[in-house]
Amino acid sequence: MNLTDFPLAQLLWWVFASMTVGGALGTITRKNPIASLLFLVLTFFSLAAIYTMLGAYFIGAVQVIVYAGAILVLFLFTIMLLNLGHQYRSDLRGGLWIVVAFVAAGSIGFVLWRAFMTPGAVVQLDGQQRIAAGVSELNAVGVIAQPLFRDFLVAFELTSILLLVAIIGAVLLSKRRV
Amino acid sequence: MQMDIGQLSLVLSAVLFSIGVAGVIFRRNAIILFMCIELMLNAVNLAFVALSRAVGIEGQVFVFFVMTVAAAEAAVGLALVISIFRHAETVDTKNFNLLRW
Repeated sequence: MNLTDFPLAQLLWWVFASMTVGGALGTITRKNPIASLLFLVLTFFSLAAIYTMLGAYFIGAVQVIVYAGAILVLFLFTIMLLNLGHQYRSDLRGGLWIVVAFVAAGSIGFVLWRAFMTPGAVVQLDGQQRIAAGVSELNAVGVIAQPLFRDFLVAFELTSILLLVAIIGAVLLSKRRV
Repeated sequence: MQMDIGQLSLVLSAVLFSIGVAGVIFRRNAIILFMCIELMLNAVNLAFVALSRAVGIEGQVFVFFVMTVAAAEAAVGLALVISIFRHAETVDTKNFNLLRW
């Protein structure tokens, strides 16, 4: 049984999509950095719901744990450490920059929209059926773990080096007197 | 109109990405610039997940790598922001003109 066969799923998709877009718009327009961050949390939670509706159960869980749980708490910690929460001076750029932003965002959005909406743009290689078969055989974690530790093993090990470098870099940067 | 939520999610990812671009262009607070970059990374993740319905599980594996890079980027970027804040007492990018001519 597929979750997306119900019209209710479509309705829920629209609810979560509008929460995502609303949260994103709140993020880029709020003056207070903490309000902005909380809107971003709303965006990330709604994205986790959308991932789950798309059948990526593990990615949905990781989105909540890693993004909403770890990365955004790091942001919140930094904002509160630097005591920026009650600095309501607007940091929006002036007139010409707003126009540039709208033109750039509009053209990028338009190009992507046209690319994705063209009939036949997405080649269906029955991935959905293969993922469903994998989930029923290996469950939601195993279906990602198997290619991760088999086909992408080198990339996975390089990821650990990347994280090590990032940790050392962060410690060095924040310890050193500038 | 009854549309496949996979294709709708691709459109949603385009919308999220352009909102992130707009935010990076018209905000000046360095921390909010990082948030907009996270927003763009999430838009790409959404496109990967939506395409994994057509192509296979590899899209979801790539999301895993993108999340790792995002975590590393956030750690180093926020350390840089703290370092700059200690030096200049502000996170507003209009005050950082050391490398600008």
